[in-house]
Formats: sequence, structure tokens, C-alpha cells
Amino acid sequence: MSDLTLLGVKAIRDGVAAGDFTAREVAEAFNANVAAASELNAFIVTTPEHALAAADAVDAKRAAGEELGVMAGVPIGMKDLFATRGVQTTAASAILEGFKPEYESTVSQKLWDAGAGMLGKLNLDQFAMGSSNETSHFGNVANPWKANDGSNNVLAPGGSSGGSSAAVAARLAPAATGTDTGGSIRQPAAFTGISGIKPTYGRCSRWGIVAFASSLDQAGPMARSVEDCAVMLGAMAGFDPKDSTSLDAPVPDWAGALNADLRGKKVGIPKEYRMDGTDAEILASWDDGIAWLKDAGAEVVDVSLPHTKYALPAYYIVAPAEASSNLARYDGVRYGLRDLPEGAGLQDMYAATRAAGFGPEVKRRIMLGTYVLSAGFYDAYYTQAMKVRTLIQRDFNDAFGECDVILAPTTPTAAFPLGDKLDDPLAMYLNDVFSVPASLAGLPAMSVPSRLNAKGLPLGLQLVGKAMDEQMVLNAGLAIEQRAGFDAAPGKWW
Amino acid sequence: MSNYRIEGATGTWEVVIGLEVHAQVTSNAKLFSGASTQFGAEPNSQVSLVDAAMPGMLPVPNRECIRQAVRTGMAIEAQINAWSRFDRKNYFYADLPQGYQISQLYHPLVGEGQLTIEADEKAGIPEDKVIRIERIHVEQDAGKLMHDQHPTMSYVDLNRTGVALMEIVSRPDMTSPAEAGAYIRKLRAILRYVGSCDGNMEEGSMRADVNVSVRKVGDTELGTRTETKNVNSVRFVMQAIEHEVRRQIDVLEDGGQIVQETRLFDPNTGTTRSMRSKEDAHDYRYFPDPDLLPLELDQDFLDECRASLPELPDAKRARYTGELGLTDYNARELTAEVETFARFETLLAETAKALGKPEAKVATPVANWSLSVAPGVIKALGDEGDMANATPARQAAILKMQDAGEISGGQAKEIFEIVLKTGREPDEIAETDGLKQVSDTGAIEEAIAAIMAANEDKVADYRGGKDKLFGFFVGQTMKAMQGKANPAVVNQLLKDKLG
Repeated sequence: MSDLTLLGVKAIRDGVAAGDFTAREVAEAFNANVAAASELNAFIVTTPEHALAAADAVDAKRAAGEELGVMAGVPIGMKDLFATRGVQTTAASAILEGFKPEYESTVSQKLWDAGAGMLGKLNLDQFAMGSSNETSHFGNVANPWKANDGSNNVLAPGGSSGGSSAAVAARLAPAATGTDTGGSIRQPAAFTGISGIKPTYGRCSRWGIVAFASSLDQAGPMARSVEDCAVMLGAMAGFDPKDSTSLDAPVPDWAGALNADLRGKKVGIPKEYRMDGTDAEILASWDDGIAWLKDAGAEVVDVSLPHTKYALPAYYIVAPAEASSNLARYDGVRYGLRDLPEGAGLQDMYAATRAAGFGPEVKRRIMLGTYVLSAGFYDAYYTQAMKVRTLIQRDFNDAFGECDVILAPTTPTAAFPLGDKLDDPLAMYLNDVFSVPASLAGLPAMSVPSRLNAKGLPLGLQLVGKAMDEQMVLNAGLAIEQRAGFDAAPGKWW
Repeated sequence: MSNYRIEGATGTWEVVIGLEVHAQVTSNAKLFSGASTQFGAEPNSQVSLVDAAMPGMLPVPNRECIRQAVRTGMAIEAQINAWSRFDRKNYFYADLPQGYQISQLYHPLVGEGQLTIEADEKAGIPEDKVIRIERIHVEQDAGKLMHDQHPTMSYVDLNRTGVALMEIVSRPDMTSPAEAGAYIRKLRAILRYVGSCDGNMEEGSMRADVNVSVRKVGDTELGTRTETKNVNSVRFVMQAIEHEVRRQIDVLEDGGQIVQETRLFDPNTGTTRSMRSKEDAHDYRYFPDPDLLPLELDQDFLDECRASLPELPDAKRARYTGELGLTDYNARELTAEVETFARFETLLAETAKALGKPEAKVATPVANWSLSVAPGVIKALGDEGDMANATPARQAAILKMQDAGEISGGQAKEIFEIVLKTGREPDEIAETDGLKQVSDTGAIEEAIAAIMAANEDKVADYRGGKDKLFGFFVGQTMKAMQGKANPAVVNQLLKDKLG
């Protein structure tokens, strides 16, 4: 039998349904890859028994002639930001180490209901705050890709969904869940040569996902093809009455309607994204993308997103502000870490618990957020940032008057070595410069691999669509995928 | 203006009072979770994952809580904001699992409204007075800390966490403790009429933050105020104001300054003490709750809220004195409490039906019965009576016999007493127990004839002009009839016979 771990979501599902192989064989193959890849540190906990149980259930259903779900027989990685019943859920933070929820997040439940199984809980930046997976309490994740320059540096897999991107790129899982607040699906996808889509804000329920910045957080799939992303997103999305911000709209059959013929469609190229000092290879990749979409029949037009330069500062006000409040619940009173020094009172317990439980980046953002919401600063920072957010949304509305989808790079650089930007938060934050605007506007956006750079590292192209128009984003992504012919995979060194 | 003035060493002072009343919304479930709101359950037995602020949990607004707050706003003639928004008020405390309270600072559900407190000469309120209400917003209640369960640790009960509160904020329009008391009583009555809060202050369903400042009579600037938190009875609110007024005047007259601060009321001593000053006040870092969309109310919802409003206290009182012809006193007493007017209106309808008369014709005797006769009997009987026996039909039957002159007022009480004790029917009691007036003119005429024969001298005196002797003949006749004669019949017959 050929290596089942080379297969993607749809191929596994269809193969299981056709009886080419069993779901158990698939789960065992991926469990083995996971077990052999501890060097990548992509998983915080592995759950091979969960993957096998789900696989056996699918095999039994098939044997009984029952209808199978759209993810039937597909074992996946679950970002450790999703609450999973009875399985440790940490957000990669010491403050939640050992926490086993009694509930299952809506998105993970929908995936299990669709027949998927869980290989394990994937590492991430602590509370999804980071762009390199270096802020995890459970250690760095290694990018399976290495530069061909002889340096042999271990590279960042991107963040915050760094465990997800590394696992999918290294064939430890055919797909994984991610969450994207300012680029946390797209940037790691770009850094590891895989695809990932952040749907329209509200498409996927946030219920049971540890919150970072509520008005921005969105779950989405990460996989090795656009079609696999479409299949998995279909299983994840849907209205949830338990999330007030959930979109009460039907979920289209994105996978069924995939179509790379872009005749009659317009692709917008935002001129503000051509920033000074942008890497030449990034620009070359962008030009490739433009050519490929033209080849698919699309008309390419210049558009303007004039407030782009304010997006990053606005994001780094809004997201920390919400985070400072969202993370107040980790206080040592009801669950998670409690540090109660001898003779300590309530305030001392708060201080000791939070000092011990949160990592430096989380503390930095809590302090930033607390500051910008403080009396006397609120209007200057938070109110102003919300105005910028409105202007950015307006920019996109205006641009989408002239085009159907926007094409831009996903990141300003390829994957960088671990430790490279750790002491320079601003440089780290700049990694989100292309991904943050779509997040602030709540728009669907995806990253697809385009090519390898001179050092043999993958680069990604980003597609941003109108609200609710994931289909256009996926279609354009598919057109690029077909033309890019990106079939490179990292050489196994772990 | 109230005439509440305080004579100090340096002059005459007046007081300015504003109240923030927290009223627990009557609803089965909490404001943002499905957990029960029932009072008195085992600690931490009514806590959902949302209430405990487990990771990833999200609030979903409870429509009924919003509906009750809107109806309350309509009952105080307030502007209802069809667009409002929830904000987070951030602070750390062990009874606040989320680390923030979901409230409404910037865009409350209910805007400007008002209510009227009634003139009460004895309390120093010379005339009706309108108290303006600035806003009503909805917010989550916190949990409860228990410090008496363990020698070194505090326990937390989250049952109350997330229960919906309305914060009803008055303008600083009250100028005496009596006005503040009247305001709370009136507000409580409105809430109970509307059914949006049970008004049970002992159980904490209603509590007030009392803002007080003082100034010299004639000053136009407001003095620095203090806020006394969580006062949970009308009497305590009035006590807290009285104490705070005295304290502030003493401080000012000693050359000191009032510190803007939060104070606590001690019900045992009737005094207030400092809790925290403005310097260590929290910076709550309010911002719009990103887990919730703005609350938008459509016209159908608003229409239903308005259509479902009952007759409110002011309208009811006006109807009682106007249409029903009740005295001001009776109308006020009957409309003060929901249970009182509900019992009255039921009995009124029942009695009008039994007598075949319009309600206006029987309202006064029913009111007297409801306010004084029946409560008197019930109180005297104590535990011996069973209120379940006092059905409206039985009470109406008693009132009917009395109206027809078949029984006296005294007999009515006796019959009601037996009803309460036994559950027997009033008509049957009157017959069996001989509790009926004799209106049989034959028997009375016989008795009168005998009395006139035995008192010929007095008959002569009466006929000679000693009118006062009429009472003597009435007394003698009633005595002869063993008190069971219908006094009206006796009077009439005596007048006929004596000439």
C-alpha cells in the first residue's frame, strides 16, 4: 500500500468510502508519523486513542452501510486553543496546564460529528499571541522546512498556529484546525508551504475556543490543498446560537462549487501593499500570482486601500485591549494554576498566579491592553483605533466596488530562524502587516503556497474576499494552486 | 420643595439625594446564561459554564430580561433606546469570575424617565413631586463571598453570578430622607405592578446606592457627595441619609472637607463608614463587549412590551377615587401593594356580580371590608384561621347578606371568623348558627308594643319633646330582640309607633 500519510483530506475520505483502505489504517499511519516527530514539538499532547476510536466508528458505519460524514476517516490535529472534553486544553499557557474541560468546542464537535478523529492537541503561541510559536509554554515548534544555505537553522513555523502548520507540512496530519486573529492561520501556512483559510468573521462559532481578541478571533482549516480547506471549512462553519456573533446564514457547499475559471472576475492589486523595502522575492511571487490569475481569465485592476498603514497600530491596540479583559478570568480562583504564597490574600494570589502563569508576550499584551483602556487614554487609543477599523472596513468596501477578490503577499518574508525576532517585538509584529487588515475588516482571507524562494523556503500568496464570499477566495486560490504547481515538501530531518 | 432643613452651628443646611437602585429582574434564567435564578438554592448549584467563566464560554442575551427592562422603562414613561450596547466593566474580585461585569455604560437600554411621589404632609412632603430618572441599564450581578465557612479561607457562591439587574439611576432630585423613602416605595410598587422585579429587599432583589451631599440653604452649587453602597431597606436608606447628612454637616462645620468616596451602611448602628476613597477608586476600563452585538429592538418587540403593561399605580389610584368613588386614603392603601389590589379587585368583581350591582356601587363597602374588617378578623384569629377558606365567593356572600340587611356588621365578622375556621358557607352559617338579623316586622312590632306598654311615662315624655329618649327605645328593642334585629327596621318601626 502506498503511504497513506501523503494523502489529503478528500483523498482519505473518498478512499475510506470506496474501501481502498480503512479509516483505522489511516489513523495508525498518522499516529505513527506523529509519534516519530516529537523533535518538531508540534503537539502538546497526542491522542492516538481518539484518532483510532473515531476511525473505528467510521469503519463500522461504512460496514453497516450508513452514510458517512464529509470528514469521515480523516484524522486531524486540533489547535490547543479549542476546548476538547476530557483532553487537556492549555492555550499553550502554564496557567491552564492540566486543565481538562468538561465541554467540547462547537467547531471541534462539528468535526467529530462529520467523522474526523483527533491525533492530538497542537502547539501554538501562548493564548495565540505570537507570530513564531516561540511564546508557547510548551516550547518552540520547529518548522519542518530548512533553508538550503547550509545554515541548518531551525526555522519558525509561523504563529500562532505553528503546531498546526508544522504538523500538516510534515505529514503528521492531513489537516489541522487553526485560529486567526491577525494572521495566525495565513502566516504559518505561508511559512510552511500549505494552505489555510480564515473565513468571514462569524462563520465559525467561537464557543469553546479560548478567547484572545473576541472581535477578531476566527477558526479555520489548514491543509495541503485548497479543496481540502474547502471540505474542512464546510464541516467547521455554521450558525451557533451559543455565540452571539455567529453568522445566522446557511453554509454553502464550497467544495462542490469550487471553480478555477475566473473569466468575468476582477482581481484587485492594492498599491499600498507595495511597501518600501519589501523583499524582492516576495514581490516576484506576487507578480507570479497576478500572471496566474490573469491566465485563469481574471481581469487585474489596481485598487487602493489608503488606510493600510494604520492597520497594524490599530490592531495592536484593539487586540491587546480585548485580550487584557478576556484573560482576566485566569485568576487562580476556579481552575488552572493557583499560586497562593504563605499568608497571601486575594490580591497577592492574583499577582502570584498571573505572574507565574503567563509568559512574557502575554504579559506584554495584557499591559498594553490595560494601558490603552485606562481612564485618560481610552479615547486617544481605543476610540481612535476603532475609528481606524471603520476606515479600513470602508477601504475594503470601496475596493470591492471595483474587484471581486484582492491578491497580496501573505507575509513580508519567508520563515525566519527561531530566536531571530524574539527580542524585538516590533519586528515580530511587523510580520502581520499584510494579514491584519483583512482581520480588522472581518473578511475571508486565505494563504496558498506560490513558490520556493532562493533559499528553498516556501512563500505564500494571500487572497481576500468580500464578506461571506469564501467561494471567490477559494476559487482564486484554486486557480493559483493549479498554476503554481507547488508540490515541494520538506525533507525529513526529524 | 421639601421642608427638610437641618440647623447647624453655622446656619441652615439642606440635602441633595440621588439614588441608584439595583433591581433584580424577574426571570427564570440569568442575563447571559441558561442557569436558574431561584433564590436560596445550595451554593454553586445554579452555575453554568458561562457563569463560572470557563475558557471559551460566551454570553448570549436573555430576551426575557431585556423585555422586562424595556417594560419597566415604559412604566416610568422613559425613552426606550432601540439601539443599545453592552460594555465590560473590568475589575478583579473573587465574586466576579469573568474579571469584568457586563453592563451598559455608554448606550443604556432606557433613557430619561420619571415617577411621581405623592404628597404626604406628615412626612414633610407638602405636594406631589416628580423625580426624574436618568437611565435604566441592565447588567450582571456578582456572586457572594462567604467569610464564615472556614477559619482562614473565604468561600465563593456563584449562584447569583450573572443574574440580571436593572440599575435605575435617579437624578439628584430628592431633598429629604422621606422623599427618598417615598421614591423607593413608589419605584418598588411600579416594578411589582409591571412584574419586572419582585421588590423583595430582604432577599436582596432590590438594593440602593445612596448619593448624598449637603449645602447651605440658598447655595446653588452642589456639595461634594458620598455614595453609600448596597442599602437594602427603605428604613435603612432613610437612616443612612440622616446619618450621612449629620456627619457631612459636622465635618463641614468643623472646617473640614467632604471626601468623594464610597461608604458602607451598618444596619446595627445606623451609621455609615468609609469603604474606599476616590484615590483608590477602580479604573474600570469600560469598553464595548466584543462578545456581544449591539442590542437592536424592533417595533414588534416594543409594541408587545407596551401592550403587556398593566394598569400602573397612578392610573389605578385615579380610577379608584374617580370611577369607584373611594376615599384618597382607601385608594392609596389599596393600590400600595400588588397583592392588596389584586385581592380587592377580585372581591369587588365577585361582590358586584353577587349583588347584581355595578362595581362603583359596592366599591366602598368592599374597600372597607378589604382594608379593615377582614384584616381585623384575620389578625385576631391568628393561627386558628385558614386563609384558604376565605374564598372571594364566600366573602362576597357575607357582603351580600350585609348589603341586604340580613346580617349586621358584627354578625358579618362572626360569620367570617367561622368561615376562616371551618370553611363552611356563610349562608349556611347565618341560618344554622342564628347569625341573622330579624327584619320580620311582626316580631319587632311585638317587642316594641311590649316596651311601650312597660314605659308609658317615657313614651309620654318623648311625645312631649324629649327626642333623646329615642335611643332608649332603640336600645330596649335591640335588647329584647337579643341584638339580632335589623337596626334600620327597628328605627323605622319605632318612628312609626312613637309618632
